[in-house]
Amino acid sequence: MTTEIQPAPGATRKRRVRSATSLTRSSGIGLGLAVTWFSLLVLIPLALVVIQSADGGWQTFRDTLTNSQTAAALRLTVTQALIVTLVNVVFGTLIAWVLVRDHFWGKRILEVIIDIPFALPTIVAGLVLLSLYGPDSPIGINVANTERSVFLALLFVTLPFVVRTVEPVLLELDPEVEEAAASLGASRFTTLRRILLPALAPAITAGAALSFARGISEYGSLVLLSGNLPNKTEVASVRILTYIENGNEAAAASVAVLLLGVALIAIILLQVLTSVVSKRA
Amino acid sequence: MPSRIRQPKTAGTYVRRGLVITYLFLLVAWPVSLVVKHTFDGGLDNLQTALSDPDVVFALQLTVYVAVWAVVINTVFGVGVSLLLVRYNFPGRGILSALIDLPLSVSPIVVGLALLLTYGSTNGLLGPSLKDAGIQVAFAPLGIILATAFVSLPLVIRELVPVLHEIGTDQEQAARSLGAGPWQTFRRITLPSVKWALVYGVVLSLARSLGEFGAVKIMSGNIAGQTQTATLSVEEKYQDFQQGTAYATSFLLALIAVAALVVVSVLRPKESPDGD
Amino acid sequence: MGIEIRGINKFFGDFVALEDINLSIPSGQLTALLGPSGGGKSTLLRIIAGLESSDSGTVEIEGVDTTNVPAQKRNVGFVFQHYAAFKHMTVAKNIAFGLEIRKRPKQEVKDRVQELLKLVHLEQWSDRLPSQLSGGQRQRMALARALAIEPSVLLLDEPFGALDAKVRKELRDWLRRLHDEVHVTTVFVTHDQEEALEVSDSLVVINEGRIEQIGSPDDLYDRPASDFVLSFLGPVTRLGDHLIRPHDIEISRYEQAATATGKISRWTRVGFEIRLEVTPDDTLHPDPIQVVVTRAEATALGLHDGDQVWLRPQAGVEPVRG
Repeated sequence: MTTEIQPAPGATRKRRVRSATSLTRSSGIGLGLAVTWFSLLVLIPLALVVIQSADGGWQTFRDTLTNSQTAAALRLTVTQALIVTLVNVVFGTLIAWVLVRDHFWGKRILEVIIDIPFALPTIVAGLVLLSLYGPDSPIGINVANTERSVFLALLFVTLPFVVRTVEPVLLELDPEVEEAAASLGASRFTTLRRILLPALAPAITAGAALSFARGISEYGSLVLLSGNLPNKTEVASVRILTYIENGNEAAAASVAVLLLGVALIAIILLQVLTSVVSKRA
Repeated sequence: MPSRIRQPKTAGTYVRRGLVITYLFLLVAWPVSLVVKHTFDGGLDNLQTALSDPDVVFALQLTVYVAVWAVVINTVFGVGVSLLLVRYNFPGRGILSALIDLPLSVSPIVVGLALLLTYGSTNGLLGPSLKDAGIQVAFAPLGIILATAFVSLPLVIRELVPVLHEIGTDQEQAARSLGAGPWQTFRRITLPSVKWALVYGVVLSLARSLGEFGAVKIMSGNIAGQTQTATLSVEEKYQDFQQGTAYATSFLLALIAVAALVVVSVLRPKESPDGD
Repeated sequence: MGIEIRGINKFFGDFVALEDINLSIPSGQLTALLGPSGGGKSTLLRIIAGLESSDSGTVEIEGVDTTNVPAQKRNVGFVFQHYAAFKHMTVAKNIAFGLEIRKRPKQEVKDRVQELLKLVHLEQWSDRLPSQLSGGQRQRMALARALAIEPSVLLLDEPFGALDAKVRKELRDWLRRLHDEVHVTTVFVTHDQEEALEVSDSLVVINEGRIEQIGSPDDLYDRPASDFVLSFLGPVTRLGDHLIRPHDIEISRYEQAATATGKISRWTRVGFEIRLEVTPDDTLHPDPIQVVVTRAEATALGLHDGDQVWLRPQAGVEPVRG
């Protein structure tokens, strides 16, 4: 090797040419307006939820949490959201795989079906599920007012998340990488385990995080389906609503902040898990 | 080179395909089709009953009114913020970019609570002063618009930002060098390049806005004929044993949602032209 | 021995990718499959590797019929144009992959990886991810990965096609030297005739799914079997009724026995070379004739733009055909 080209590490990584400029007078005014509106609509209200929950101090938090009905609601919500996320990780990846790698008549229809839960009003989603899995079920399966109704509703509304995050990554994967693995002697299964899954892991994680966050915050699709039975099918969002309707905003805020906290922890945990998985591979 | 042949279909291909189709059929396709079936159980009776109920008609009108306002607000805000995030450097840009997605991961009930704590007429932080100034927010259309705008806020931005990154600034700089002012550059160069992403974002926002339930339930007061939107009316009618009307209203909402999806799937640029 | 290919046919729908290919690639040589894009050479390489199946015909590698052996079991090293790096694995892990699949003892894997890192000059980069390497380094990593399994044949599909000209030339020389060291039967696909002529022991020219000619670089350059091979391996021009390479034309300012006469109508200097265009006086053959001379020759002959010149094939050069 005569003239060796050894770039500094990272030098060949694609760099996006930053073409951003500093603020001009008019864009400064625009930024001011945008931030003001965003604060009025989103930041101040959410901050007030946190402040409200902190107002009562630890006492309110403890009281709210030790309230058996609230604790049950939180348990149910987190458990069901976890199970649903797990199912989504498996089925969402499978669906994405079939949509990208398989070719058959009617695939376009499946693409639309996957987005329906995202576009359908949540209350309608509840009604939709009730019509097949409710008291008038044509197949004799009635999950209304049971724990399984919560599972079903969450499964429906979170369907698109894993599929839609994994799909583009799978499309981008170079088929030559799998061929390289094959020519080096790897079986289909080994290629899946050691090449494909590690490459898809970040996307699956991101989808799982979205799915979990959506799951623990779901409300609309459960209203008609789950019956909101205390200690049985009542989820955290319904608890918050009950507290609001009873005028106990401090307790409502406590549960809300807890939910936000759980979502945050889940997202961080998933990130850590992914990096461990892809390092081991 | 001739196009690469596809991997041969094995038994596994058909098992996976079968599993996916069954799953989607049982979870989505069949239940949705049942709502359509229930709607037309007695011919057009359910739709006629629903559309002759003044509360339902009012709810539908209110829903459209609110959704249009929310979409207009989010479009203006979304275009502005996207341009600021992509084209300008300013302190706090990273934070703003991260916070923008927040509304998507907050429970609609928490959104309602947050807005109530801010704009509630008696206990809210800003509500009482606004009320004194003659602006009623909570339990009024304005509150419903705020709740709706909140939940659908990031949708336009999420579509625009990647496209703005993608197209870069070459064309804009060329236009500027040819003498175009900022507004002309935006209208004649930038806007046409991001047109489809914008349409996509607007369609998604519209679908989301028409369907918002939880946040609106808290902020609206849910009074039939005054502040009740279509989704709230579905809940009430269903629980009042007017299931035909509930199905009919749901059908109309679902129709809009599916129409929006079809529009989107037609507009979405295809990554791989699939001959299926 | 080496690779024996008999009666291979391959269709993509109506498109004939390969038609009745019979080819014998000797052991230990470096063979180039050369031809224009879409001519079928990559398809042939992928069929040898088992990444694609032929519609008929057989492939034998080192005396074993591998026609129905899946890619995983062929023990073939394959290098792709776009590297096909395992992005989430370090350079060392990439190279070790095939050995780990074969469940070799840990120490052996480690030693072999070290040896290969040295061979491809990537010792200091073993713990980097592929994204931290340059294109040339990535391709060397891919080569080490393919060599790690001690393949019975090494196949390279346009291995330098994605690299820029300078790195490409370096890697080309390096591949030649590497092959002289390891002596594994090597087949590489390229559409660059200079690359093929420079690196390979023997050349197979493939066009429109058929083999046009097989031979050593000298054979093909000097004794092309067809117009296609002649024009694909280098520039040609028409002198009278014959095709000839522009540098094989003798040019003179003085009247002499000539195949054609005309005026120098264009003068382009590229480095040490001068490319002339001569507009023939013969109105039956009005196409300009390309002539290449060195700068020294042009000076010695006293050539200038616009001169009247006499052209004929240089002594000893047989104009190929009409």
